[in-house]
Amino acid sequence: MSGGVRAATGTAALTTELPVGRSTGWWGMVMFVVTEATLFACLLGSYFYLRFQSGDQWPPPGIAPPTLLKPLVMTAVLLPSSLPVIWAEHGIRKGQRWRLRAGLTATLLLGLTFLALQASEYAEKLHEFTLTTNAYGSLFYVITGFHGLHVLVGLTMIGWLLAASLRGGSFGAHRHDRVRNAAIYWHFVDLVWAAILFTIYLSPRL
Amino acid sequence: MEVRIIVPSAPSTLAYYCRIRLYPSYGRNALNSPNKPHALPKWLGSVPVDTRADPTTRSRRLAPVAVLGGVLALAGCSGQAPSALDPAGSGAGRITDLWWVLFWISMAVFVEVMVLLAWALLFRRRRDARVRHGQPLRFVVVAGAGVPLVILVTVYALGLRDLAALGDGPEPGATTIEVTGHQWWWEVRVPGVAGATANELHIPVGEKVRIRLRTADVLHSFWVPQLMPKTDLIAGEVRETWLRAERAGTYRGQCAEYCGTQHAHMSFLVVAEPRRDFDAWLARLGSPAPGPQTDAQRRGQQAFVQGSCAGCHAVRGTGADGHIGPDLSDVGARWSIGAGAVPNDGGHLGGWIANSQTVKPGNRMPPQPVQAAQLPDLIAYLQSLK
Amino acid sequence: MSTTAAPVPGASREQLGRLEEHWGERPSLRAWLTTVDHKKIGRRYLVTAGLFFALAGLSALAMRTQLARPESRLLSPQEYNQLFTMHGTAMIFLFATPMLFGFGNFLVPLLIGARDMAFPKLNALGYWIFLFAGLFMWASLPFGAAPNAGWFAYVPLTGQQHTPGLHMDVYSLGLLFLGIATTAGSINFIVTALKLRAPGMSLNRVPLFVWAIVATAFMVIFALPALNLDNAMLFLDRRFGTHFFDPAAGGNVLLWQHLFWIFGHPDVYIIVMPALGIVSAVLPAFTRRGVVGYVLVVFAIVAISIISFGVWVHHMFATGLPRLSYSFFSAASTIITIPSGIQIFAWLATMLLGRLVVRVPLLFVIGFIVTFVLGGFTGTMFALTAFDQQVTDSYFVVAHFHYVLIGGAVFPILAAIYYWLPKITGRMYHEGLGRWAFWLVFAGMHVTFFPMHLYGLFGMPRRVYTYPSEPGWDGWNLVSTIGSYLLAVGLLLVVVGVVHAIRRGRPAPPDPWGGDTLEWSTDSPPKSYNFPVLPQVHSLHPNWDESSRESMGAGAEADRILADGRTTLLTSELDGRREREVEMPGSSWQPLLLALVMLLFFTAMLFAWYPVAAVAAVAVAGTVATWLWPPRRPDRELGVSA
Ligand code: HEA
Ligand code: HEA
Ligand code: HEC
Ligand code: CUA
Ligand SMILES: [Cu+2]
Repeated sequence: MSGGVRAATGTAALTTELPVGRSTGWWGMVMFVVTEATLFACLLGSYFYLRFQSGDQWPPPGIAPPTLLKPLVMTAVLLPSSLPVIWAEHGIRKGQRWRLRAGLTATLLLGLTFLALQASEYAEKLHEFTLTTNAYGSLFYVITGFHGLHVLVGLTMIGWLLAASLRGGSFGAHRHDRVRNAAIYWHFVDLVWAAILFTIYLSPRL
Repeated sequence: MEVRIIVPSAPSTLAYYCRIRLYPSYGRNALNSPNKPHALPKWLGSVPVDTRADPTTRSRRLAPVAVLGGVLALAGCSGQAPSALDPAGSGAGRITDLWWVLFWISMAVFVEVMVLLAWALLFRRRRDARVRHGQPLRFVVVAGAGVPLVILVTVYALGLRDLAALGDGPEPGATTIEVTGHQWWWEVRVPGVAGATANELHIPVGEKVRIRLRTADVLHSFWVPQLMPKTDLIAGEVRETWLRAERAGTYRGQCAEYCGTQHAHMSFLVVAEPRRDFDAWLARLGSPAPGPQTDAQRRGQQAFVQGSCAGCHAVRGTGADGHIGPDLSDVGARWSIGAGAVPNDGGHLGGWIANSQTVKPGNRMPPQPVQAAQLPDLIAYLQSLK
Repeated sequence: MSTTAAPVPGASREQLGRLEEHWGERPSLRAWLTTVDHKKIGRRYLVTAGLFFALAGLSALAMRTQLARPESRLLSPQEYNQLFTMHGTAMIFLFATPMLFGFGNFLVPLLIGARDMAFPKLNALGYWIFLFAGLFMWASLPFGAAPNAGWFAYVPLTGQQHTPGLHMDVYSLGLLFLGIATTAGSINFIVTALKLRAPGMSLNRVPLFVWAIVATAFMVIFALPALNLDNAMLFLDRRFGTHFFDPAAGGNVLLWQHLFWIFGHPDVYIIVMPALGIVSAVLPAFTRRGVVGYVLVVFAIVAISIISFGVWVHHMFATGLPRLSYSFFSAASTIITIPSGIQIFAWLATMLLGRLVVRVPLLFVIGFIVTFVLGGFTGTMFALTAFDQQVTDSYFVVAHFHYVLIGGAVFPILAAIYYWLPKITGRMYHEGLGRWAFWLVFAGMHVTFFPMHLYGLFGMPRRVYTYPSEPGWDGWNLVSTIGSYLLAVGLLLVVVGVVHAIRRGRPAPPDPWGGDTLEWSTDSPPKSYNFPVLPQVHSLHPNWDESSRESMGAGAEADRILADGRTTLLTSELDGRREREVEMPGSSWQPLLLALVMLLFFTAMLFAWYPVAAVAAVAVAGTVATWLWPPRRPDRELGVSA
């Protein structure tokens, strides 16, 4: 079962709902991600707006510029976490359920590691400043926290896929829309992190 | 409580009423002229005054008269409204000219559209009208995009010119007045002058005066339709605008950015007067308030300074220097109480002091624990401050 | 005046029976609560939005009564401020957009020849959320805790310090809640229009109304996040002490305005765009020809949706931003009139070349043109910064936006009500009653709002609960108030007309107007499966062309009847080539349940019951998880190799 398109031409394939063209679910997820991306764009835009409307010093006096080590480790954990999902998705397209299970597990672990690192980052920062210290503090925690929430939602999706695939009877070469859609969401969560890394951690150093 | 009983000698409400009729020619001296009123204020019904005893409440201005007045105002004949079409300053004047250009262009395009519509309705609804399936794209593009584009480029250029003119502020050394918006009154100061006043500012005629705008709380907007378009007061920032009156007069201004409960009663007066009078105003602003002359006034001053009032209000030279409410050093001469809420006369002053919440519900001055016996003294004292 | 006969059903009686079995619902409370039928949902949207319109309209009447005389004490300032805020907020968020989404819901599948929306359950969810969010906001009014800082809720007034109490929490949470429905609905429209069009309906054959809805949905996708973010930050500032809008701690009050208007300006086109689509849909039937310049009109729709994102600062012309940025936004705001001009003249040309059949829907379209053009002109005047600085926040602006909102959205909505009433209810309305309604509404509208231009220019600011009599605004205000009663009577006649039609109206034929689009080729009201045979579309006006109509008649292929399940067809995005059929979900409790737990979440947030909110959030996640849980299938069908 390689080329999905070839398999899709037979009448048998039609009745088993092989993907021909994009599915409605795919478009739905893409549109959802587009609107979410716009939300993040507005959020990061607000960061820069407040930064450039406030005084010369950024972060404001009393708060040290963010250190880079931990965020870079977090990046190194999160960005590659998309690879196992891709690998898993390709696997299930060929009907290989084990690849789906293995890939999803790997992503789940990476994602959880990321959240743990973020928690430790918070534990450190909260000594220095909090959500209510000033606008910088609000921005820092709301942006990273909002992204963390998205990671959590993404992980819920991944865990949910994993549960469904462990049950069996859920996904196969002909039915993997949900895997594909959740993968899109996970890639998005990943990419947004890159933008956040740039905004929160790198841009104050520019 | 019957204010009339407490303050039997209060100047008539009617007399007040003429004072805030905003004829452009109305100057300081006209303040006390007892002109005949055209209408009666409705608020009489709710301040603690027995309105039924007042025969004048029955004479209401008739709506048709008002409609007529409005039509006249449209033609620019009425100086009564703070009308943007009846400018008295160079800023507003430009906008009036711009408006008429825009108005006539709009009328022309509107007539064009109406003629086409009427044509269709008259000639294209007959049973024998033959449906044509052509696509007159050129007509649509020319009439819908080409002609409008030419018009728009023209008016855009005009608009830019006027925007530049409005942005062309006064010289660095020009007279500056600092206005601070409060919920719901205006604090007025002049840099280098000790005192402050409220809800009324004076400018010399024919000069560009810089107005520096701040807010003490929420957003407000400084608008004197006959003199100058709006400038918002932005929390955390300072904004500037300018005024230049071409003719002497008083011009009504009003807060134009919604600022909460009493946004409706946040108006002010701009008095444009000859330089001489303006300098006199500056001098008054810098000097202590007049001292009490009569016994009643003396008792009033004492009640004021020792009572709760001094915690919020300042009266220059008395030791009362609260900053929450307006400086009252010249309150007796103000055109109104409560930024346009009610006329400034004894009756209303008494009502205000007793419970300003019935007069201007929601305003930031709580009801005061003033003994009934002290009220006439307080009124007498405050009215002497001018 | 039906010019074309009802179609010959191409499906056999037996096939029709099976279709009915898969799609039909027997009326019961359960069916009512669980339905996912787009027609029922669309109808509900219309009725609910109509009720919110009545509430918001009655608030306006109360306001107008207060403003009839100067220094009136009928309403306290606190009451008035809640009323005008709820009036604006409800008209914009709970009436205009949902009403047009209601028409979209009912019509889009019918116009493109599909059996339902792409995500029927999501559609049902959207309705319930809309209903609950609307009730959530209105419920605050009797308690005196309604939003009270204007529909654009500028900070710092809306901060905890200056507006304590629940008022603004109701606002921010209510709009966030509602935003879920609007976003879901928009995604649904886009996907439906992209994937569910009947075979042969390539992009150049998509009805203009569908173009308009899709453009609207795209604007929502890109604009709504700004509002949601704004409201989330406001809520955090108020409840959890963040400082986004607090200048004393590095925040900025203009950030709120930027974000609000980045949403707010596109939003006014979100409102007007589907309404313009209605105009383009109504005209062909009453001019007996297609709209002139289809491609130009589509271009105009797309251009407006893009440019509308570049003009938001024209709502901030008095805030003292740099002059350079004003020149830019002023230019963009002037340019946006060009696509509107193209549409207006395309419609005029259509009327000038066609043969007018003057019925009530056309009357409202004509009323629309007259009124919208006037409102558009004042809009263009504001685009010039200097002029705007003089009239902004005065009644002149109130006049502008009622001209464009009532002229541009309400009139088309009324046209749509009369035009599609036969399709929606299966009954004809009473023409004479409709004409009376039109003239009263038209006259009432202009008597109410025309004077506002004048007293705006004479210096009357907006959002004042009362005004003195000396400036001479009172006479004009009285005229406005009288006009608003006239308008209310006219609108009441519309309601009477609709009720009369439902109760007493003549039964409507499938195609009472000789319309050009697919909804007229099926029954009035349509069967639960919409079309016995999904059409094969051959032109832009399928109901006017023989081959499209024949494709639904005798001899239609079974693969466009799809009687063996609850299925509809997927086609390719651009040229509408047939791809495959998809199974559609049937009725379900999940949408209602999910909306209820969301309501619980937002209510808990409002009253600061955070543990309850946490539980509700978990319940939301759980409901979604079961909703999407894959059904169990045999490995052979799935295609599993390892
Ligand atoms: C349906 C809603 C709708 C629509 C369609 C419009 C259309 C337009 N609006 Fe309006 N607007 C609002 C709803 C709408 N507006 C609302 C609700 C507010 C106030 C919000 C608030 O403060 O509460 C507002 C406020 C508002 C402002 C801010 C005013 C202020 O607060 O100071 C501005 C400023 O530029 C503006 C501009 C425009 C322009 C240029 C158009 C253009 O799109 C109009 C284009 C149409 C035409 C021009 C007519 C047809 C064209 C022709 C016949 C061709 C020939 C024309 C010419 C040569 C000019 N609008
Ligand atoms: C689509 C939008 C829309 C619509 C249709 C209207 C309709 C009306 N509006 Fe409104 N208006 C706004 C949007 C709209 N408005 C907005 C956004 C604001 C700004 C708010 C702000 O500043 O924050 C505003 C502000 C506003 C003001 C300014 C308030 C102020 O600044 O102080 C006024 C004042 O006159 C007003 C009046 C009216 C009137 C008289 C109507 C009339 O057309 C209403 C007519 C409707 C009815 C009278 C109800 C209909 C009755 C029935 C259908 C029958 C009953 C049915 C049953 C019993 C089932 N509106
Ligand atoms: C808690 C503060 C507070 C106290 C105490 C207080 N005031 Fe006021 N007062 C205000 C504020 C605030 C205003 C402005 C109200 C407005 O216009 O919205 C005001 C306005 C006034 C005005 C009208 C001024 C004008 O120009 O419009 C008068 C007169 C006045 N107060 C007199 C008094 C007297 C007399 C007392 C004591 C008996 C007093 N006030 C006590 C806060 C206070
Ligand atoms: Cu101050 Cu409105
Ligand atoms: Cu706008």
